[in-house]
Amino acid sequence: MSAPLIVFFVLAALAIIGALSLILQKHPIHSALSLIVVMVALAGLYLLLGAEFVAAVQIIVYGGAIMVLFVFVIMLLNAGAEERTNFSRLAKFGGLPLALALTGLLAAAMVHYGGAAPNTTSPDALANTSNLSNMLFYTFVYPFELTSFLILVAIMGALVLAQREKS
Amino acid sequence: MSAVTAFLTEYGFWVLTLIKIALLLFIVLTVNAYLTWFERKVVALMQSRVGPHRVGPHGLLQPAADGLKFLFKEDAMPGGVDKFVYLLAPFLALTLSLASLSVIPFGPKPLPFSFFGHQIDLWITNPDIGLLVLFAITALGVYGVALAGWASNSKYPLLGGLRSSAQMVSYELAMTMSVVGVLLMANSFSLTQIIEAQSGRTLWGWLPAWNVASFHGGFPQIVGFLCFFIAAIAETNRVPFDLPEAESELVAGFHTEYSSFKFAMFFIAEYTSMITVSALCSILFFGGWNSPFPATWTITYYLPSVILIPFGLWVIYDGIKYETIFGRIILPGVGTAIAAIGAALIVFPTVNEYIQGPFWLLSKIFFFLFFYVWARGTLPRFRYDQLMNIGWKLLLPVSIANVIVTAGFVLFRSNR
Repeated sequence: MSAPLIVFFVLAALAIIGALSLILQKHPIHSALSLIVVMVALAGLYLLLGAEFVAAVQIIVYGGAIMVLFVFVIMLLNAGAEERTNFSRLAKFGGLPLALALTGLLAAAMVHYGGAAPNTTSPDALANTSNLSNMLFYTFVYPFELTSFLILVAIMGALVLAQREKS
Repeated sequence: MSAVTAFLTEYGFWVLTLIKIALLLFIVLTVNAYLTWFERKVVALMQSRVGPHRVGPHGLLQPAADGLKFLFKEDAMPGGVDKFVYLLAPFLALTLSLASLSVIPFGPKPLPFSFFGHQIDLWITNPDIGLLVLFAITALGVYGVALAGWASNSKYPLLGGLRSSAQMVSYELAMTMSVVGVLLMANSFSLTQIIEAQSGRTLWGWLPAWNVASFHGGFPQIVGFLCFFIAAIAETNRVPFDLPEAESELVAGFHTEYSSFKFAMFFIAEYTSMITVSALCSILFFGGWNSPFPATWTITYYLPSVILIPFGLWVIYDGIKYETIFGRIILPGVGTAIAAIGAALIVFPTVNEYIQGPFWLLSKIFFFLFFYVWARGTLPRFRYDQLMNIGWKLLLPVSIANVIVTAGFVLFRSNR
């Protein structure tokens, strides 16, 4: 087994364990911490594929900024451990088969298109930071700017909602 | 024997990296310990006090005594804490701050000898996205403080943790924006390439082409530097932005409930990030390992010796007339060693050449560390609303304006 493959399996296991722990933990802070583990493991996977810029941004934006906000809000609200209820009947009879079906579909798609093993010898198409920026700012500049406009609208919406009580 | 040689030729890179990591950890932890001594001495001088002077000559063994004290103190854990997170927080803080040192390059040239065919560079790793790696580690660094505050199950740490997460998230933005100018001028995220871009002279050879004053690739980054340094002080939770541990309001902030070595881990983490930030300031804005003098001034090559020899002689002189016998033995010994190193640099010019890069980088790092201590001895703490106003209404717009102006200059120069 080659070294990148070992690293891949370690990171993949970390991501899956983190994701399971995210669902199974009772306390919101523990769930948030598990989500951070997932984010960092994903960043490691991007790095393995040669996309170093995306990996760094994954940690800075998701692992850092967004999850810090999650943790901050949980701390601020001093949220306690969640209360468990019994599975709703819909989840038991509708959810589980659907989840199984989705997993099967994904697995079938992966097997059909190129197998489940990761392609660690990918070309430098996305890896290079300057290539990535060329794609973002030349080829896809309009979708990129439109997305930023969308985020701006969302920020303004949040501001309006937060300011409503004053008027 | 040949089996060992074969192993080292095959896996020498890993062995070499492990050796370098161990060496860097040893050096950085020692420097950390003496940084506390240095800080206490300098602040004491600023306040007309003596500072530590009981343990060892000039209190030089005080860090060792402090370390022992941290190790042997009772490791108290308050009731009702979230044990896992409570224990995780200091580890997170220490690991992340130490990890950030791994991407910092300390010198330009690899050593003249190789390790079983593997080149020995003066850095642990030099990724193309070095600066982004540093920012990623900084972004994760918030968790150590925030989780410590939350897990302690006590009101002052919780308030300290909340303050710190808000502060670090706010200032991270300004810090990241303020280095964009440097990136535009260097055209790279790699720290070594950023330093290489600053070699040479600017203003008809009057000034070194450091980003802080260079018209070479764009616009002088003096504003960017000020924004970066202020934001970085806030990121490291130091005076005047040490609100997460404001002792007059929050006892000791996020680490109130931590004792013994777990407290020491936060302490070491804070001092290590001070070193990282000082190194970043020197690398990004002050030319890294580039000398401030033109390369033709070969006489400046002897500057390390010129500093080390008189300093060593002064330590010998000071040691001879020291009041304790221990000091009279130790200080002249240390002084002789320092003077001997200085003399050796003159005798061996090849060694002297290798010393130049690290010498200038370390001098710049030392200057910024002194600046940290200076600020601590001089400035009062900001109020919380002032802190947020500075971060969002002053630093962020100014650094964005800096980006726009620099981008304009870079565009203008590349079109000409």
